[in-house]
Amino acid sequence: MVGVRLLVGTRKGAFVLTSDERRRDWQVEGPHFAGWEVYHLKGSPADPDRIWASQSGGWFGQVVQRSVDGGRSWAPVGNDFSYEGDAGTHQDLDGTPKPWAFTRVWHLEPSLTDPETVYAGVEDAALFKSTDGGTSWGELSGLRTHGSGPEWQPGAGGLCLHTLLLHPTDEQRIFAAISAAGAFRTDDGGGSWIPINKGLLSGEIPQQEAEVGHCVHKLAMHPSRPDTLFMQKHWDVMRTDDAGGSWREISGDLPTDFGFAIDVHAHEPETVYVVPITSDYLHVAHEGRLRVYRSRSGGGEWEPLTKGLPQEHCYVNVLRDAMAVDRLDQCGIYFGTTGGQVYCSPDAGDSWEPIVRDLPAVLSVEVQTLP
Amino acid sequence: MTRVVLPYHLRTLAGVTGELTVEGQTVLAVLDGLEASHPALRGTLRDPVSGKRRPFVRFYACSEDLSHTSYDDPLPAAVLRGDEPLLVIGAMAGG
Repeated sequence: MVGVRLLVGTRKGAFVLTSDERRRDWQVEGPHFAGWEVYHLKGSPADPDRIWASQSGGWFGQVVQRSVDGGRSWAPVGNDFSYEGDAGTHQDLDGTPKPWAFTRVWHLEPSLTDPETVYAGVEDAALFKSTDGGTSWGELSGLRTHGSGPEWQPGAGGLCLHTLLLHPTDEQRIFAAISAAGAFRTDDGGGSWIPINKGLLSGEIPQQEAEVGHCVHKLAMHPSRPDTLFMQKHWDVMRTDDAGGSWREISGDLPTDFGFAIDVHAHEPETVYVVPITSDYLHVAHEGRLRVYRSRSGGGEWEPLTKGLPQEHCYVNVLRDAMAVDRLDQCGIYFGTTGGQVYCSPDAGDSWEPIVRDLPAVLSVEVQTLP
Repeated sequence: MTRVVLPYHLRTLAGVTGELTVEGQTVLAVLDGLEASHPALRGTLRDPVSGKRRPFVRFYACSEDLSHTSYDDPLPAAVLRGDEPLLVIGAMAGG
């Protein structure tokens, strides 16, 4: 059956939503791991029925679950995320040194080709890799021990590695983003990393153009143009066309350029989606209206997409991992809100319908396009 | 054998209902036994590196809080006899 499978992580469990290619009628399964925070789930592109989920909580720590049947059943796998060597310190919010300490897995990124390999971005910011399906994890410590590590400071959500982008053809190249350190790139499979923050301007830090210290909220890439990245920064929407060598602002006529989520149309590499959020003080939809903005020109010029979305009295947020696009011929766009709604647009953003309205606060949305 | 009662979330994670029984006459031995018999519990009761109890996990038995005692101390006699269980508690937190 051609169709889609949404993997939704929430504050109180995970949900799996499935539909055929029309994306009008949905089957909702869950909650899985009820009562636990599920920051992220993601399936293997090489074996879509293999899915990993990050399950965590303040009482009992981190669990990683794996399904091998498309999310119908799950089993815990490894959860030992021990930093390599003497972890040292980063800066705390008050500027004092704080020992690196693992808190949770924010993001899971399966290999594009190997169903046994999966990466994990964690808090306190570090990158881990498993080559045995999640049974064991080893740190790629070159990122955390990059020279600027002791200067990294947490954002309000914690010092988290929240974004991983794998190059579609060069397995050695990976992009990572950390709040509030910035964006980084490796060209040797994770052994060494360089900061790629040139062109970012952040008024919240003493040196607006500092090499690190930027609160990058999310990166997005179209696989046909892997040197072009789009970024939703704390403030500002940015793009690079040289794999992070330099960035330029494309906020253009957005009503506010604060936000978290950003994604790219599956078949149009210059069509970009963001959800403007009022500000870093308010963290709610701008003007009480839930609007996705679409640029068909790679940024700069944006159009509001409102059909089917609440246009009054709406004060939800859309978090950084809570937007996804499917790869059907008519690209579908999805996002989840902190109010528990998951919206679907089967027509690339022209119109929207809620799939579910009353889930727990949505932390992440991923979509699998099934053959 | 020591009787152990886990909180709801850990019973679900371990795939058990009701009480468990494990070998062990100290808290430390019981934790080792729990993790050996139910690997899904590894890291949920204590930090996998330091071995320290998670802050919101408590160990009670016979109306006593054993959380701050030495985990090498023998469990209370009633627990060792099997008259009372060792209770693993998810502490009240969050208001």
